[in-house]
Amino acid sequence: MEIHYLTAHELKDRLKKRELSCAEIAGSIYSRIDEVENKLNSYIRLDKEHALSGAGEIDKLISSNAIEISDFTGIPVAIKDNMCTKNITTTCASRILENYVPIYNATVIDRLESRNYILAGKANMDEFAMGSSNENSYFGPTKNPWNTGRVPGGSSGGPAASVASGEAICSLGSDTGGSIRQPASLCGIVGFKPTYGRVSRYGLVAFASSLDQIGPLTRDVDDCAAMLNVICGCDGNDSTSIDTAVPDFKSFLAEDMKGMKIGIVKELMAEGIDREVREAVQMTIKMAEEAGGKVEEVSIPSLEYALDVYYIIAPSEASSNLSRFDGVRYGHRNMQARTLREMYQRTRAEGFGEEVKRRIMIGTYCLSAGYYDAYYEKAQRVRTLIINDFKKAFGKFDVLISPTSPTTAFKIGEKIEDPLTMYMSDICTIPVNLAGLPAISIPAGLSADKLPIGLQIIGDILREDNVLKAASSLEKAIGFKDKPGI
Amino acid sequence: MERISKDDVKHVAKLAELEFDEKDVDKITTQLDRILDHVANISKVDTEGIPPTSHVMDVKNVFREDEVKESVTQEDALKNAPDMENQGFKVPKID
Repeated sequence: MEIHYLTAHELKDRLKKRELSCAEIAGSIYSRIDEVENKLNSYIRLDKEHALSGAGEIDKLISSNAIEISDFTGIPVAIKDNMCTKNITTTCASRILENYVPIYNATVIDRLESRNYILAGKANMDEFAMGSSNENSYFGPTKNPWNTGRVPGGSSGGPAASVASGEAICSLGSDTGGSIRQPASLCGIVGFKPTYGRVSRYGLVAFASSLDQIGPLTRDVDDCAAMLNVICGCDGNDSTSIDTAVPDFKSFLAEDMKGMKIGIVKELMAEGIDREVREAVQMTIKMAEEAGGKVEEVSIPSLEYALDVYYIIAPSEASSNLSRFDGVRYGHRNMQARTLREMYQRTRAEGFGEEVKRRIMIGTYCLSAGYYDAYYEKAQRVRTLIINDFKKAFGKFDVLISPTSPTTAFKIGEKIEDPLTMYMSDICTIPVNLAGLPAISIPAGLSADKLPIGLQIIGDILREDNVLKAASSLEKAIGFKDKPGI
Repeated sequence: MERISKDDVKHVAKLAELEFDEKDVDKITTQLDRILDHVANISKVDTEGIPPTSHVMDVKNVFREDEVKESVTQEDALKNAPDMENQGFKVPKID
Protein backbone atom coordinates (compact mmCIF):
# COMPACT_ATOMS: atom_id res chain seq x y z
CA MET A 1 0.00 0.00 0.00
CA GLU A 2 1.21 3.51 -0.81
CA ILE A 3 2.38 5.56 2.17
CA HIS A 4 -0.42 8.09 1.68
CA TYR A 5 -3.04 5.36 2.19
CA LEU A 6 -1.65 3.97 5.46
CA THR A 7 -3.34 4.63 8.81
CA ALA A 8 -1.77 6.77 11.53
CA HIS A 9 -1.12 3.71 13.71
CA GLU A 10 0.58 1.84 10.83
CA LEU A 11 2.75 4.90 10.19
CA LYS A 12 3.57 5.16 13.89
CA ASP A 13 4.82 1.55 13.88
CA ARG A 14 7.02 2.26 10.86
CA LEU A 15 8.35 5.46 12.41
CA LYS A 16 9.23 3.54 15.56
CA LYS A 17 11.08 0.88 13.57
CA ARG A 18 12.87 3.71 11.72
CA GLU A 19 11.55 2.29 8.41
CA LEU A 20 10.14 5.70 7.51
CA SER A 21 10.82 9.32 8.40
CA CYS A 22 8.29 12.07 9.04
CA ALA A 23 9.74 13.92 6.04
CA GLU A 24 8.97 10.93 3.82
CA ILE A 25 5.39 10.78 5.10
CA ALA A 26 4.82 14.51 4.54
CA GLY A 27 6.52 14.24 1.14
CA SER A 28 4.25 11.39 0.12
CA ILE A 29 1.12 13.29 1.20
CA TYR A 30 2.21 16.37 -0.72
CA SER A 31 2.98 14.43 -3.92
CA ARG A 32 -0.50 12.95 -3.66
CA ILE A 33 -1.90 16.48 -3.19
CA ASP A 34 0.01 17.60 -6.31
CA GLU A 35 -1.55 14.67 -8.16
CA VAL A 36 -5.24 14.97 -7.21
CA GLU A 37 -5.97 18.35 -5.59
CA ASN A 38 -6.85 20.07 -8.88
CA LYS A 39 -9.59 17.45 -9.35
CA LEU A 40 -10.89 17.52 -5.76
CA ASN A 41 -10.42 20.99 -4.20
CA SER A 42 -10.25 19.48 -0.71
CA TYR A 43 -8.21 22.35 0.65
CA ILE A 44 -8.58 26.09 1.05
CA ARG A 45 -4.99 26.61 2.15
CA LEU A 46 -1.88 24.48 1.70
CA ASP A 47 1.67 25.23 2.83
CA LYS A 48 3.98 22.56 1.45
CA GLU A 49 7.22 24.18 2.57
CA HIS A 50 6.01 24.66 6.12
CA ALA A 51 4.78 21.05 6.31
CA LEU A 52 8.00 19.58 4.91
CA SER A 53 10.31 21.70 7.07
CA GLY A 54 8.14 20.93 10.11
CA ALA A 55 8.44 17.21 9.38
CA GLY A 56 12.22 17.57 9.06
CA GLU A 57 12.37 19.28 12.47
CA ILE A 58 10.39 16.45 14.05
CA ASP A 59 12.74 13.88 12.48
CA LYS A 60 15.65 15.69 14.14
CA LEU A 61 13.90 15.71 17.51
CA ILE A 62 13.18 11.99 17.18
CA SER A 63 16.72 11.05 16.18
CA SER A 64 18.19 13.07 19.04
CA ASN A 65 15.71 11.39 21.42
CA ALA A 66 14.33 14.79 22.39
CA ILE A 67 10.77 13.51 21.88
CA GLU A 68 9.00 10.17 22.01
CA ILE A 69 7.02 8.96 19.02
CA SER A 70 3.41 9.02 20.20
CA ASP A 71 0.10 8.84 18.32
CA PHE A 72 0.08 11.45 15.52
CA THR A 73 3.73 12.46 15.88
CA GLY A 74 4.74 13.50 12.35
CA ILE A 75 1.31 12.60 10.95
CA PRO A 76 -0.20 15.02 8.38
CA VAL A 77 -3.66 15.99 9.60
CA ALA A 78 -6.12 18.14 7.61
CA ILE A 79 -7.97 20.71 9.72
CA LYS A 80 -11.40 22.00 8.75
CA ASP A 81 -11.05 25.71 8.08
CA ASN A 82 -13.37 26.72 10.92
CA MET A 83 -10.78 25.88 13.61
CA CYS A 84 -8.44 28.72 14.52
CA THR A 85 -4.78 28.18 13.68
CA LYS A 86 -2.48 30.89 15.03
CA ASN A 87 -0.98 33.07 12.26
CA ILE A 88 -2.60 30.86 9.57
CA THR A 89 -5.72 32.15 7.81
CA THR A 90 -8.99 30.61 8.99
CA THR A 91 -11.76 31.46 6.55
CA CYS A 92 -14.78 29.25 7.37
CA ALA A 93 -15.00 29.12 3.54
CA SER A 94 -16.53 32.59 3.67
CA ARG A 95 -15.70 35.81 1.91
CA ILE A 96 -16.29 37.64 5.17
CA LEU A 97 -13.28 35.86 6.75
CA GLU A 98 -11.22 35.52 3.57
CA ASN A 99 -8.21 37.29 5.13
CA TYR A 100 -8.79 36.53 8.81
CA VAL A 101 -5.59 35.50 10.62
CA PRO A 102 -6.30 34.17 14.13
CA ILE A 103 -4.07 35.37 16.95
CA TYR A 104 -4.56 32.12 18.87
CA ASN A 105 -4.94 28.37 18.38
CA ALA A 106 -8.11 26.39 18.98
CA THR A 107 -7.63 24.07 21.96
CA VAL A 108 -7.68 21.01 19.66
CA ILE A 109 -4.79 22.52 17.66
CA ASP A 110 -2.74 23.07 20.84
CA ARG A 111 -3.41 19.46 21.78
CA LEU A 112 -2.30 18.16 18.37
CA GLU A 113 0.79 20.39 18.49
CA SER A 114 1.74 18.82 21.82
CA ARG A 115 1.93 15.54 19.85
CA ASN A 116 4.08 17.19 17.15
CA TYR A 117 1.54 16.61 14.38
CA ILE A 118 1.92 18.07 10.89
CA LEU A 119 -0.71 20.46 9.56
CA ALA A 120 -1.47 19.03 6.10
CA GLY A 121 -3.63 22.07 5.28
CA LYS A 122 -6.83 23.92 6.06
CA ALA A 123 -9.65 21.91 4.57
CA ASN A 124 -12.58 23.09 2.47
CA MET A 125 -16.12 23.15 3.88
CA ASP A 126 -19.58 24.59 3.43
CA GLU A 127 -19.51 28.26 4.45
CA PHE A 128 -19.74 28.49 8.25
CA ALA A 129 -20.43 24.71 8.26
CA MET A 130 -23.89 25.25 6.79
CA GLY A 131 -24.57 22.65 4.13
CA SER A 132 -24.58 18.95 3.27
CA SER A 133 -22.70 18.98 -0.04
CA ASN A 134 -19.73 21.36 0.25
CA GLU A 135 -21.25 23.37 -2.59
CA ASN A 136 -21.65 26.40 -0.30
CA SER A 137 -17.91 27.15 -0.13
CA TYR A 138 -16.79 30.61 -1.28
CA PHE A 139 -13.69 28.82 -2.59
CA GLY A 140 -15.58 26.41 -4.83
CA PRO A 141 -17.04 22.96 -4.15
CA THR A 142 -15.02 19.92 -3.08
CA LYS A 143 -15.57 16.82 -5.24
CA ASN A 144 -16.07 13.24 -4.11
CA PRO A 145 -12.90 11.14 -4.74
CA TRP A 146 -15.07 8.11 -5.63
CA ASN A 147 -16.75 10.03 -8.44
CA THR A 148 -15.82 13.64 -9.11
CA GLY A 149 -19.28 14.38 -10.51
CA ARG A 150 -20.67 13.75 -7.03
CA VAL A 151 -20.61 15.74 -3.79
CA PRO A 152 -18.38 14.62 -0.89
CA GLY A 153 -21.09 15.53 1.62
CA GLY A 154 -20.85 18.39 4.05
CA SER A 155 -20.16 20.44 5.79
CA SER A 156 -16.80 18.68 6.46
CA GLY A 157 -16.47 17.76 2.75
CA GLY A 158 -12.82 18.79 2.55
CA PRO A 159 -11.76 16.88 5.68
CA ALA A 160 -13.56 13.78 4.33
CA ALA A 161 -12.33 13.97 0.71
CA SER A 162 -8.71 14.60 1.79
CA VAL A 163 -8.63 11.50 4.00
CA ALA A 164 -10.48 9.32 1.47
CA SER A 165 -8.12 10.27 -1.36
CA GLY A 166 -4.77 10.14 0.49
CA GLU A 167 -4.29 13.91 0.70
CA ALA A 168 -4.12 13.58 4.51
CA ILE A 169 -3.85 10.64 6.89
CA CYS A 170 -6.73 11.86 9.01
CA SER A 171 -8.56 15.09 9.73
CA LEU A 172 -10.60 17.06 12.21
CA GLY A 173 -14.11 18.20 11.33
CA SER A 174 -17.04 19.70 13.20
CA ASP A 175 -20.53 18.27 13.43
CA THR A 176 -23.65 20.34 14.14
CA GLY A 177 -26.27 18.18 12.41
CA GLY A 178 -24.16 15.46 10.79
CA SER A 179 -21.29 17.44 9.29
CA ILE A 180 -18.64 14.84 10.25
CA ARG A 181 -20.68 11.64 9.85
CA GLN A 182 -22.50 12.36 6.57
CA PRO A 183 -19.35 13.28 4.56
CA ALA A 184 -17.49 10.34 6.17
CA SER A 185 -20.32 8.12 4.96
CA LEU A 186 -20.34 9.56 1.42
CA CYS A 187 -16.52 9.27 1.16
CA GLY A 188 -16.14 5.77 2.63
CA ILE A 189 -14.23 6.62 5.82
CA VAL A 190 -14.80 6.69 9.60
CA GLY A 191 -16.23 9.84 11.23
CA PHE A 192 -17.03 10.37 14.91
CA LYS A 193 -19.08 12.99 16.71
CA PRO A 194 -18.32 12.76 20.46
CA THR A 195 -20.80 13.52 23.25
CA TYR A 196 -21.61 17.26 23.39
CA GLY A 197 -18.91 18.83 25.58
CA ARG A 198 -16.34 16.01 25.32
CA VAL A 199 -14.13 18.19 23.10
CA SER A 200 -13.47 21.86 23.76
CA ARG A 201 -15.04 24.21 21.22
CA TYR A 202 -12.59 26.99 22.08
CA GLY A 203 -11.29 28.36 18.78
CA LEU A 204 -13.99 26.62 16.72
CA VAL A 205 -15.92 29.37 14.93
CA ALA A 206 -19.40 28.96 16.40
CA PHE A 207 -22.36 27.93 14.23
CA ALA A 208 -24.97 26.55 16.68
CA SER A 209 -23.38 26.48 20.10
CA SER A 210 -25.71 23.92 21.71
CA LEU A 211 -25.09 21.43 18.89
CA ASP A 212 -21.50 21.99 17.62
CA GLN A 213 -18.87 19.37 18.40
CA ILE A 214 -15.40 18.70 16.98
CA GLY A 215 -14.43 15.15 16.03
CA PRO A 216 -12.08 12.98 13.94
CA LEU A 217 -12.35 11.65 10.37
CA THR A 218 -10.04 8.67 9.94
CA ARG A 219 -9.37 5.53 7.88
CA ASP A 220 -10.22 3.12 10.68
CA VAL A 221 -11.73 2.94 14.15
CA ASP A 222 -8.28 2.53 15.80
CA ASP A 223 -7.15 5.93 14.52
CA CYS A 224 -10.49 7.39 15.55
CA ALA A 225 -10.05 6.20 19.15
CA ALA A 226 -6.45 7.46 19.21
CA MET A 227 -7.57 10.90 18.00
CA LEU A 228 -10.29 11.02 20.66
CA ASN A 229 -7.56 10.41 23.26
CA VAL A 230 -5.78 13.54 22.01
CA ILE A 231 -8.70 15.96 21.63
CA CYS A 232 -11.12 15.05 24.46
CA GLY A 233 -10.97 16.70 27.88
CA CYS A 234 -12.21 19.59 29.97
CA ASP A 235 -10.95 23.05 29.02
CA GLY A 236 -11.15 26.18 31.14
CA ASN A 237 -11.66 28.19 27.95
CA ASP A 238 -14.94 26.39 27.14
CA SER A 239 -17.37 26.32 30.04
CA THR A 240 -19.53 23.76 28.21
CA SER A 241 -16.68 21.24 28.03
CA ILE A 242 -17.48 18.40 30.43
CA ASP A 243 -15.49 18.09 33.62
CA THR A 244 -15.27 14.30 33.68
CA ALA A 245 -12.45 11.78 33.45
CA VAL A 246 -11.28 11.00 29.91
CA PRO A 247 -10.90 7.24 29.45
CA ASP A 248 -8.35 5.58 27.18
CA PHE A 249 -10.63 5.27 24.16
CA LYS A 250 -8.29 2.72 22.55
CA SER A 251 -9.06 0.31 25.39
CA PHE A 252 -12.63 -0.06 24.07
CA LEU A 253 -11.61 -1.52 20.71
CA ALA A 254 -13.00 -5.04 20.69
CA GLU A 255 -13.06 -8.23 18.63
CA ASP A 256 -16.70 -9.05 19.21
CA MET A 257 -19.93 -7.63 20.60
CA LYS A 258 -20.86 -10.48 22.95
CA GLY A 259 -23.82 -9.52 25.12
CA MET A 260 -24.32 -6.12 23.51
CA LYS A 261 -27.91 -5.01 23.07
CA ILE A 262 -28.42 -3.32 19.73
CA GLY A 263 -31.51 -1.39 18.68
CA ILE A 264 -32.36 -0.84 15.02
CA VAL A 265 -34.10 2.52 14.73
CA LYS A 266 -37.34 1.75 12.89
CA GLU A 267 -38.02 5.34 11.77
CA LEU A 268 -34.56 5.53 10.11
CA MET A 269 -35.01 2.32 8.12
CA ALA A 270 -38.25 3.45 6.50
CA GLU A 271 -39.25 4.46 3.01
CA GLY A 272 -37.25 7.69 2.67
CA ILE A 273 -34.04 5.63 2.85
CA ASP A 274 -32.61 4.22 -0.41
CA ARG A 275 -33.15 0.49 -0.85
CA GLU A 276 -29.44 -0.20 -1.37
CA VAL A 277 -28.58 1.71 1.81
CA ARG A 278 -31.16 -0.23 3.81
CA GLU A 279 -29.87 -3.54 2.44
CA ALA A 280 -26.30 -2.69 3.39
CA VAL A 281 -27.43 -1.87 6.92
CA GLN A 282 -29.44 -5.13 7.06
CA MET A 283 -26.25 -7.02 6.19
CA THR A 284 -24.37 -5.43 9.06
CA ILE A 285 -27.21 -6.34 11.41
CA LYS A 286 -26.65 -10.02 10.53
CA MET A 287 -22.95 -9.54 11.19
CA ALA A 288 -23.72 -7.95 14.55
CA GLU A 289 -25.75 -11.01 15.51
CA GLU A 290 -22.96 -13.33 14.38
CA ALA A 291 -20.53 -11.28 16.49
CA GLY A 292 -22.63 -11.98 19.57
CA GLY A 293 -24.93 -8.95 19.62
CA LYS A 294 -28.62 -9.15 20.49
CA VAL A 295 -30.52 -7.17 17.90
CA GLU A 296 -34.07 -5.82 18.17
CA GLU A 297 -36.10 -3.13 16.48
CA VAL A 298 -36.84 0.05 18.44
CA SER A 299 -39.20 2.91 17.67
CA ILE A 300 -38.35 6.52 18.49
CA PRO A 301 -41.58 8.28 17.48
CA SER A 302 -40.47 11.87 18.12
CA LEU A 303 -37.80 11.56 15.40
CA GLU A 304 -40.54 12.56 12.99
CA TYR A 305 -40.03 16.13 14.21
CA ALA A 306 -36.22 16.18 14.52
CA LEU A 307 -35.57 17.92 11.21
CA ASP A 308 -38.11 20.65 11.99
CA VAL A 309 -36.72 21.20 15.49
CA TYR A 310 -33.19 21.40 14.08
CA TYR A 311 -34.08 23.89 11.35
CA ILE A 312 -35.47 26.22 13.98
CA ILE A 313 -32.81 25.83 16.70
CA ALA A 314 -29.66 25.74 14.53
CA PRO A 315 -30.51 28.84 12.44
CA SER A 316 -31.65 30.69 15.58
CA GLU A 317 -28.33 30.07 17.30
CA ALA A 318 -26.49 30.85 14.05
CA SER A 319 -28.25 34.18 13.59
CA SER A 320 -27.07 35.17 17.05
CA ASN A 321 -23.51 33.79 16.68
CA LEU A 322 -22.96 35.35 13.26
CA SER A 323 -23.99 38.81 14.41
CA ARG A 324 -20.32 39.28 15.42
CA PHE A 325 -19.34 39.52 11.74
CA ASP A 326 -20.04 43.20 11.29
CA GLY A 327 -16.88 44.52 9.62
CA VAL A 328 -15.65 46.31 12.77
CA ARG A 329 -12.94 44.17 14.36
CA TYR A 330 -11.96 41.62 11.72
CA GLY A 331 -12.93 40.25 8.35
CA HIS A 332 -14.31 41.88 5.24
CA ARG A 333 -15.66 45.46 5.36
CA ASN A 334 -17.47 47.42 2.67
CA MET A 335 -15.32 50.55 2.44
CA GLN A 336 -17.81 52.67 0.45
CA ALA A 337 -20.49 52.84 3.14
CA ARG A 338 -20.91 56.29 4.67
CA THR A 339 -22.71 55.39 7.87
CA LEU A 340 -22.31 52.60 10.40
CA ARG A 341 -25.62 50.86 9.66
CA GLU A 342 -24.93 51.02 5.93
CA MET A 343 -21.48 49.53 6.56
CA TYR A 344 -22.97 46.64 8.62
CA GLN A 345 -25.59 45.82 6.00
CA ARG A 346 -23.36 46.02 2.94
CA THR A 347 -20.51 44.18 4.64
CA ARG A 348 -22.79 41.30 5.62
CA ALA A 349 -24.69 41.29 2.31
CA GLU A 350 -21.44 40.93 0.32
CA GLY A 351 -19.58 38.84 2.90
CA PHE A 352 -22.06 36.01 3.43
CA GLY A 353 -23.18 33.49 0.82
CA GLU A 354 -26.76 32.58 -0.03
CA GLU A 355 -27.26 29.66 2.38
CA VAL A 356 -25.73 31.53 5.32
CA LYS A 357 -28.01 34.52 4.70
CA ARG A 358 -31.00 32.20 4.39
CA ARG A 359 -30.26 30.66 7.78
CA ILE A 360 -29.63 34.02 9.43
CA MET A 361 -33.04 35.09 8.10
CA ILE A 362 -34.82 31.93 9.38
CA GLY A 363 -33.16 32.29 12.77
CA THR A 364 -33.84 35.99 13.11
CA TYR A 365 -37.48 35.38 12.20
CA CYS A 366 -37.87 32.50 14.70
CA LEU A 367 -36.38 34.62 17.49
CA SER A 368 -38.27 37.81 16.65
CA ALA A 369 -41.03 39.28 18.79
CA GLY A 370 -44.32 37.48 18.22
CA TYR A 371 -42.76 34.31 16.79
CA TYR A 372 -40.34 33.25 19.55
CA ASP A 373 -42.89 31.15 21.46
CA ALA A 374 -44.35 29.39 18.41
CA TYR A 375 -40.99 28.53 16.87
CA TYR A 376 -37.91 28.70 19.12
CA GLU A 377 -39.43 27.86 22.47
CA LYS A 378 -41.76 25.23 21.02
CA ALA A 379 -38.78 23.62 19.25
CA GLN A 380 -36.85 23.45 22.55
CA ARG A 381 -39.86 21.68 24.14
CA VAL A 382 -40.05 19.13 21.31
CA ARG A 383 -36.29 18.72 21.68
CA THR A 384 -36.90 17.63 25.28
CA LEU A 385 -39.28 14.95 23.97
CA ILE A 386 -36.62 13.69 21.57
CA ILE A 387 -34.06 13.56 24.41
CA ASN A 388 -36.56 11.68 26.58
CA ASP A 389 -37.28 9.17 23.79
CA PHE A 390 -33.56 8.48 23.39
CA LYS A 391 -33.20 8.08 27.19
CA LYS A 392 -35.96 5.49 27.10
CA ALA A 393 -34.27 3.61 24.24
CA PHE A 394 -30.93 3.59 26.06
CA GLY A 395 -32.67 2.09 29.08
CA LYS A 396 -32.97 -1.02 26.95
CA PHE A 397 -30.11 -0.87 24.42
CA ASP A 398 -26.34 -0.25 24.54
CA VAL A 399 -26.20 1.18 21.04
CA LEU A 400 -28.63 2.16 18.31
CA ILE A 401 -27.97 1.49 14.63
CA SER A 402 -29.18 3.29 11.50
CA PRO A 403 -27.90 4.38 8.11
CA THR A 404 -25.77 7.55 8.31
CA SER A 405 -27.22 9.08 5.16
CA PRO A 406 -30.45 8.19 3.37
CA THR A 407 -28.59 8.09 0.04
CA THR A 408 -25.10 7.62 -1.35
CA ALA A 409 -23.26 10.67 -2.74
CA PHE A 410 -25.62 12.71 -4.92
CA LYS A 411 -24.70 14.66 -8.04
CA ILE A 412 -23.15 18.12 -7.81
CA GLY A 413 -25.95 20.61 -8.52
CA GLU A 414 -28.72 18.08 -7.85
CA LYS A 415 -30.09 19.64 -4.63
CA ILE A 416 -28.46 23.06 -4.37
CA GLU A 417 -31.47 24.99 -5.74
CA ASP A 418 -33.87 23.31 -3.31
CA PRO A 419 -32.87 24.00 0.32
CA LEU A 420 -35.52 21.75 1.88
CA THR A 421 -34.48 18.69 -0.13
CA MET A 422 -30.86 19.39 0.80
CA TYR A 423 -31.85 19.61 4.50
CA MET A 424 -33.35 16.08 4.27
CA SER A 425 -29.83 14.68 3.66
CA ASP A 426 -29.22 14.94 7.40
CA ILE A 427 -32.37 13.21 8.56
CA CYS A 428 -30.46 10.32 10.22
CA THR A 429 -27.73 12.40 11.87
CA ILE A 430 -29.61 15.47 13.15
CA PRO A 431 -31.47 13.74 16.04
CA VAL A 432 -28.11 12.73 17.55
CA ASN A 433 -26.95 16.36 17.85
CA LEU A 434 -30.26 17.47 19.32
CA ALA A 435 -29.75 14.95 22.14
CA GLY A 436 -25.98 15.56 22.48
CA LEU A 437 -25.17 11.86 21.93
CA PRO A 438 -21.94 10.30 20.64
CA ALA A 439 -22.17 8.59 17.23
CA ILE A 440 -19.89 7.17 14.58
CA SER A 441 -20.21 6.47 10.89
CA ILE A 442 -18.25 3.52 9.48
CA PRO A 443 -18.16 2.26 5.88
CA ALA A 444 -20.66 -0.57 5.35
CA GLY A 445 -19.93 -1.34 1.69
CA LEU A 446 -20.33 0.03 -1.82
CA SER A 447 -23.45 0.55 -3.90
CA ALA A 448 -23.85 -0.95 -7.38
CA ASP A 449 -22.44 2.24 -8.89
CA LYS A 450 -19.39 2.05 -6.59
CA LEU A 451 -20.30 4.70 -4.05
CA PRO A 452 -19.73 4.19 -0.31
CA ILE A 453 -22.57 3.49 2.13
CA GLY A 454 -22.22 4.44 5.81
CA LEU A 455 -23.52 2.79 8.97
CA GLN A 456 -24.30 4.97 12.00
CA ILE A 457 -23.82 3.65 15.54
CA ILE A 458 -25.23 5.84 18.31
CA GLY A 459 -24.43 5.60 22.03
CA ASP A 460 -25.89 7.11 25.19
CA ILE A 461 -24.41 10.30 26.67
CA LEU A 462 -20.69 9.74 27.51
CA ARG A 463 -20.89 6.11 26.35
CA GLU A 464 -18.29 6.39 23.60
CA ASP A 465 -17.07 3.03 24.94
CA ASN A 466 -20.11 1.17 23.57
CA VAL A 467 -19.95 3.00 20.24
CA LEU A 468 -16.26 2.15 19.75
CA LYS A 469 -16.75 -1.46 20.86
CA ALA A 470 -19.55 -2.02 18.35
CA ALA A 471 -17.77 -0.05 15.61
CA SER A 472 -14.44 -1.86 15.90
CA SER A 473 -16.11 -5.25 15.98
CA LEU A 474 -18.37 -4.49 13.00
CA GLU A 475 -15.47 -2.91 11.11
CA LYS A 476 -13.66 -6.25 11.28
CA ALA A 477 -16.76 -8.16 10.18
CA ILE A 478 -17.44 -5.80 7.27
CA GLY A 479 -13.80 -5.76 6.14
CA PHE A 480 -14.16 -2.66 3.95
CA LYS A 481 -10.83 -2.21 2.13
CA ASP A 482 -11.84 -0.42 -1.07
CA LYS A 483 -10.16 2.82 -2.13
CA PRO A 484 -11.51 5.42 -4.54
CA GLY A 485 -10.34 5.22 -8.15
CA ILE A 486 -8.92 8.73 -8.29
CA MET B 1 -51.22 29.67 3.60
CA GLU B 2 -48.63 32.37 3.36
CA ARG B 3 -46.46 32.35 6.46
CA ILE B 4 -44.16 35.19 5.58
CA SER B 5 -44.72 38.19 3.31
CA LYS B 6 -42.24 40.27 1.34
CA ASP B 7 -42.67 43.04 3.89
CA ASP B 8 -41.88 40.59 6.73
CA VAL B 9 -38.73 39.55 4.87
CA LYS B 10 -37.64 43.17 4.54
CA HIS B 11 -38.30 43.76 8.23
CA VAL B 12 -36.37 40.64 9.28
CA ALA B 13 -33.50 41.63 6.96
CA LYS B 14 -33.28 44.94 8.80
CA LEU B 15 -33.20 43.14 12.18
CA ALA B 16 -30.42 40.90 10.86
CA GLU B 17 -28.44 43.81 9.35
CA LEU B 18 -28.67 42.30 5.86
CA GLU B 19 -29.86 43.79 2.60
CA PHE B 20 -31.44 42.12 -0.43
CA ASP B 21 -32.35 43.59 -3.78
CA GLU B 22 -35.97 43.27 -4.99
CA LYS B 23 -35.29 40.15 -7.07
CA ASP B 24 -33.68 38.36 -4.13
CA VAL B 25 -36.52 39.38 -1.82
CA ASP B 26 -38.94 37.44 -4.07
CA LYS B 27 -36.74 34.36 -4.09
CA ILE B 28 -35.99 34.32 -0.37
CA THR B 29 -39.64 34.97 0.52
CA THR B 30 -40.69 31.86 -1.41
CA GLN B 31 -37.90 29.77 0.14
CA LEU B 32 -38.51 30.96 3.70
CA ASP B 33 -42.22 30.38 3.29
CA ARG B 34 -41.65 26.73 2.32
CA ILE B 35 -39.12 26.16 5.10
CA LEU B 36 -41.26 27.80 7.79
CA ASP B 37 -44.29 25.88 6.58
CA HIS B 38 -42.34 22.64 7.01
CA VAL B 39 -40.88 23.38 10.44
CA ALA B 40 -44.27 24.61 11.69
CA ASN B 41 -45.15 20.88 11.79
CA ILE B 42 -44.02 20.95 15.40
CA SER B 43 -47.14 22.91 16.35
CA LYS B 44 -48.96 19.55 16.14
CA VAL B 45 -46.90 18.07 18.99
CA ASP B 46 -48.44 18.07 22.45
CA THR B 47 -45.84 19.65 24.74
CA GLU B 48 -48.11 20.36 27.69
CA GLY B 49 -45.97 20.24 30.84
CA ILE B 50 -42.75 19.55 28.86
CA PRO B 51 -39.98 22.06 29.73
CA PRO B 52 -37.82 23.55 26.96
CA THR B 53 -34.30 22.08 26.73
CA SER B 54 -31.64 24.40 28.11
CA HIS B 55 -28.79 21.87 28.00
CA VAL B 56 -28.57 18.23 26.93
CA MET B 57 -27.14 17.18 30.28
CA ASP B 58 -27.85 18.13 33.87
CA VAL B 59 -25.11 20.69 34.31
CA LYS B 60 -24.31 23.16 37.04
CA ASN B 61 -22.97 26.62 36.57
CA VAL B 62 -19.22 26.76 36.03
CA PHE B 63 -17.16 29.06 38.23
CA ARG B 64 -13.48 29.88 38.23
CA GLU B 65 -11.11 31.83 40.43
CA ASP B 66 -10.96 35.54 39.64
CA GLU B 67 -7.26 35.70 38.83
CA VAL B 68 -5.27 38.23 36.88
CA LYS B 69 -3.90 36.52 33.81
CA GLU B 70 -2.20 37.57 30.62
CA SER B 71 -4.73 38.76 28.07
CA VAL B 72 -4.75 39.80 24.43
CA THR B 73 -2.46 42.75 23.70
CA GLN B 74 -3.79 45.84 21.98
CA GLU B 75 -1.50 45.17 19.06
CA ASP B 76 -2.82 41.61 18.60
CA ALA B 77 -6.43 42.70 19.00
CA LEU B 78 -6.02 45.22 16.18
CA LYS B 79 -4.17 42.87 13.84
CA ASN B 80 -7.29 42.00 11.81
CA ALA B 81 -8.94 45.41 11.99
CA PRO B 82 -10.23 46.68 8.62
CA ASP B 83 -9.59 50.25 9.78
CA MET B 84 -8.07 51.78 12.90
CA GLU B 85 -6.95 55.04 14.47
CA ASN B 86 -5.26 55.89 17.78
CA GLN B 87 -5.10 52.21 18.75
CA GLY B 88 -8.85 51.79 18.32
CA PHE B 89 -11.23 50.32 15.75
CA LYS B 90 -12.38 53.02 13.37
CA VAL B 91 -15.91 52.91 11.94
CA PRO B 92 -17.96 55.22 9.69
CA LYS B 93 -20.15 57.89 11.25
CA ILE B 94 -22.85 56.62 13.60
CA ASP B 95 -26.11 58.12 12.38
